[in-house]
This record gives sequence, C-alpha cells and structure tokens, in this order.
Amino acid sequence: MIEILMPLFWIVLHILITVGILLVAVAYTTYAERKVMGAMQRRQGPMLVGPFGLLQPIADGIKLLSKETIFPERANKLVFFLAPMLTFTLALIAWAVIPIDQGLAMSNLNVGLLYLFAISSMGVYGVLMAGWASNSRYAFLGGLRSAAQMVSYEVSMGLVIVTVLLCVGSLNLTDIIEAPRPFWMQIMLFPMFIIFLISILAETNRAPFDLPEGESELSGGFLVEYSAFAFTLFFLGEYANMILMSAMTSILFLGGWHVPFGIEFLSFVPGFIWFALKISAVLFFFVWARASFPRYRYDQLMRLGWKVFLPLSLVWVVVVAGVLIATGTLPNMEAF
Amino acid sequence: MITPDMLPSLAFYGFAFILVVSALGVITAKNPVYSVLLLILAFFNAAGLFVLLGAEFVAMILVIVYVGAVAVLFLFVVMMLDVDFKSLRKGAMHYVPLGVLLGGVLLIELFVLFKARFGTEVFPQADTLPEISNTQQIGAVLYTDYIFAFQVAGLILLVAMIGAIVLTHRTRPNVRRQNVAKQNATTQEDAMEIQQVETGKGI
Amino acid sequence: MASNAFLLEYLPIVIFLCIAGGMSCVMLLFSLLVSKRNPDPEKNAAYECGFDAFEDARSKFDVRFYLVAILFIIFDLEVAFLFPWAVTLGKIGMFGFWSMVIFLGILTVGFIYEWKKGALDWE
Repeated sequence: MIEILMPLFWIVLHILITVGILLVAVAYTTYAERKVMGAMQRRQGPMLVGPFGLLQPIADGIKLLSKETIFPERANKLVFFLAPMLTFTLALIAWAVIPIDQGLAMSNLNVGLLYLFAISSMGVYGVLMAGWASNSRYAFLGGLRSAAQMVSYEVSMGLVIVTVLLCVGSLNLTDIIEAPRPFWMQIMLFPMFIIFLISILAETNRAPFDLPEGESELSGGFLVEYSAFAFTLFFLGEYANMILMSAMTSILFLGGWHVPFGIEFLSFVPGFIWFALKISAVLFFFVWARASFPRYRYDQLMRLGWKVFLPLSLVWVVVVAGVLIATGTLPNMEAF
Repeated sequence: MITPDMLPSLAFYGFAFILVVSALGVITAKNPVYSVLLLILAFFNAAGLFVLLGAEFVAMILVIVYVGAVAVLFLFVVMMLDVDFKSLRKGAMHYVPLGVLLGGVLLIELFVLFKARFGTEVFPQADTLPEISNTQQIGAVLYTDYIFAFQVAGLILLVAMIGAIVLTHRTRPNVRRQNVAKQNATTQEDAMEIQQVETGKGI
Repeated sequence: MASNAFLLEYLPIVIFLCIAGGMSCVMLLFSLLVSKRNPDPEKNAAYECGFDAFEDARSKFDVRFYLVAILFIIFDLEVAFLFPWAVTLGKIGMFGFWSMVIFLGILTVGFIYEWKKGALDWE
C-alpha cells in the first residue's frame, strides 16, 4: 500500500504547489497590470491597500468571495455554472506538462505540445457555454463573437507551431527547449514569433482583440450575467490562460529556462527564474498592447486572422521546410 | 488491494464506463445542448482509451479535431439554430425498426470481427516500437507509403470547403467593405482640395 | 498491456484534472455559502436596456458564423496532418516534402476559391 501511496502523495503535493504558485502569480499579474497601465497613463495604480497597494489583489479576492451570486432567472443553471468551472479547470491542467526547469515537468509527455494545443483549443467552450446559458442578448452575442474569433486565430497558431516543430523535430516540450537553435534559425522564426504573439492576444480575448467583452458595445459580453465567484473563476481562468500562453511563447521561441543569449556569467541564476522572467516579459507585452492600441473592429479582426496570418504562416511553413532541407539542418536527417 | 500494475486496467474500466454512460446520455438527453456536452465527454474518454492503447498522437488529435473543432460546430448549431427539437422528435418512433436493424447489423459485424481477430486476447495490443514515438511512426508512412490516401484526404477537404461555401455563402448587395489597399493608397491630394476663397464670394 | 512506462506520465494529469475540477467546485459552493443572498425579480432578470426581454435571447444567427466554424474544421485537419509531417520530415525526404506541397496546393486552391467568393469577408 505504502509503495503506491508515496508517489501519489508527491504528485498531489506537486500539483498543489503548482496551483498555489499559479494563483499567486495570477493575483499579482492583475496587480502588475494595473500598476503598469497606471504608469503608462501617468497614474499611480493601486496604492491604498498595503504598501504600494501590494495587498490589493487579496482584498479584491475577499471582496468577490463575499459578493452575492445572482442566478439569472431564465438562465440554464447547470451550464451557467459549468462554464466558469470548465474555464478555470482547463487553465490549470495545462500546467501539468510545462517544464519549469530542466526535468521539472510534472508529466513529460511525448506529445506535450499537442496536449497544450488541445487544451487551448477547448478554451472556446467556456465562452460559448457562458454565452448560451446566460440567455441574455449581450452574453449571447459576446459568446458567439468570441467563439468565432478564437477558432480563427487557432489555425494560425497551429501553423506557427508547425514551423517551430520543423526546426526542433519533436513534440516533447523539453526536447523543444533543448534543441539547438542557430542564430539564423531564430531570425527565420522571428516573423512567426510576431504572428504567435498577436494570435495569443486574440486567443485569450485580450485587448486590442477583446471584442467579446467589449465594454462599450456589449457591456461585458459573455460575462454580463456573471457575478461573485462564478465571475472570479472566469477572471482567474483568463489570467491563468494569459500566463500559460506566455509560458508557451517562451518555450517555443524564447528558449524556456535557458539563459538568454547564452550569456555565460549569468548561468548561476536557476533556470526557473529565467523561465519566470521570460513569462513576465511576454505578460508585459500583453499589458503594453492593452494600453497602446484601440480595440479592433470585428471585420478587421477576422480579416487579419484569415487573410493575413493564415496565408502568411502557411507559406512560411513551406519556406522553413525548404530552407531546412536545402541547408541540411533538419532534425533527424536520414533520408538526404 | 490496489497495485500499480492494476492502474491501467482500472483506468480502462473507468474511461470505458464513462464513455458508455455519456454516449447513452447523448441519445437520451432531452436538451440537445446537453447531448453535445455529453458527446464531448465521450470524446474525452475515447481519447483516454487511445492513450491506454499507446496511441498518444491519435488521442491528442481526437481531442484537437473532434472536441476542439467538430463539437464546436455542433454546439454552434444546436445553440444558435432555432430548431424546434420537440417537433423533430415527434416522428422519431417511425425510425425505430430501421434503427434497430442497422444497430443489429453493426453489432453482428463487430462481433464477427472481434471473434476473427482477437479470439483469445482480451486487449488488442498496439504494435509499438520501443524507441520511436507513434507520431513519428505515423509520419514515416502517411506521406510516402499511403500517399494516395493522403492526397484523397486533401481532395475531400477541398470538396468540403467548396461545398460549405456554395451552401452557405450569400453575397449581400449594398454592403460597404473596407478596402485597406485603397485606404492606404489615399494621398493628401485625393482626400482634400485646398481652395483660395475670395472674401464675400464663396465657392 | 503494452509497455506502460509512458502511461505513468499521464497519471499526474488525471489527478490534476480531479483536483482542479474539485477546487473550482468547492470554491463556487463556498462562495454560495458565505455570501448573502436576497434575490429579487428585477435583479435576476437578464441584463437589458431597462425593460424586460421580449423573447428568448437565443435566436437564429448569421450563417457566417457557421461558415467560419466549418472552415476552421478544415484548416484544423490540415494542421493535424502537418504535425507528424513536421516531426518526420528528416526521415521521409524529398518525396515526403513534395507530397505535402501537393496536399497544401490542393487546399490552397480551395482557399483562393473562398477568398475570391468573399467567404472570408465580414461586413
């Protein structure tokens, strides 16, 4: 009995620690977002709760917990509460495969990247279910728009992932980070990096692509009927998803836990700190984009996804494959 | 007593049980949205069974394509289309004999196949080579040995694409579209005209 | 069963799924317990412009949304075909490369068709 319980205990502990760190990270991402936005707009951001407003996210959490949960009378109650739970759960379980440091992944799957892609492709259900279950016009429109938007950008995300796969030749996330990447290869992947960054903005429904929840026209979109903790779960899920997408970006393009630019004297810093820093850098980009750009119009959003990113990344897949074959740098070259 | 060796079998029975129950739910649920949600649950458990067989790639693709794309379309349709499912149900009893017949044929077919192929073995074994992941095994044959099937798949997708557009696309007249190239090409000269207006005369 | 060393890697995911699902459930129930509730027909009504909704909010919708969903399935399948190809390109050689180029070419024909038909336009 003991020999089966001990590993189980370690797994559960590992999961609880991951969830704990993640929730704290989410809380302070919201804080950082408000601070950075404040700085960009010459405000101070939260200042009152705790020193420099550091306890603000905790106060927010307690406030949301004590709020009244409203059951809209015409809503479908079961689906109404299933939607935030699904969003939150999906945002968490994706972290099972993220390698935080060398060999520090909970599950080192052979198909880790596909697992991440599968989980992120299911994000659309939370929004769609919320929009339908609320039985409110705004929510319905928001859910519909968001679903169409998320699926549109998922195609180009998939194609971008394929270009990276061509260069690394493995679906295992640890192998992807460890694969050698000469400088010219990084230059070649740079356009895909940009497309990926913009696509994850659209995929997580962040500004300037936050049409599903556009306050000024849909007054909150699919979130309009949600209150108290059901709303909080959506909120946590959205931010956990942002952090997840940032982690995915740093695994695919920024070298995960490696020291940036291979600078030798910085290698005493542990890998997971570099990983966290890279994630923070991408998160900063999220906030920066939100503070800088006005919201897109829906037709422009769809055009960007289908008419610009899709053909561009499709062509790039073939170009990258061609270049890798021509230069003989494909991983596992045997047939040439 | 539970031992680690029993975990795969336990997982198999767990996945299989949920799969069968949710599949039953799909056809019995009154609300079509519940049907689709249960269908998604069934897909998930099917993916779990694939993983147990060692077919990791197929499992992930099942989730990506069926859960992430096909079921989204189903959900779109049952959520948004204003179909009166009650009236659709009325005539359903007429189809029972046909349904039973088809189901029976499929069942017999499955039974015969099962007898012929896996007469004694309980679990079909996946042929896995130790060192190569099954993504690579699929990749190694799909694009070369099975090129015909692969290209036919491409053609089927093309037909689906064209069919979807022919069936659903309506060109609406009098719609103003944004022409980005034209907007970007606009110069100061096109957009405005500077006129010297003499006092008291107007243009 | 087959060699199941890799299966152990999936165990944490299953446990994680249970924990995360359980957590979200518990948090929702907890918030229901601790918070006050005084429902009111006005409060529980769907959010609208000040008067009651006339009808069910779920209505027929622009067919474009379905078209987008269908096109997404097709391109998602295309991406699914690309994954194993990208991983094994080094093994299958030029033949595999051209095989995929033809496949993509067929789909590009469809893509150009939908572009020309205006199926990608949103008005």
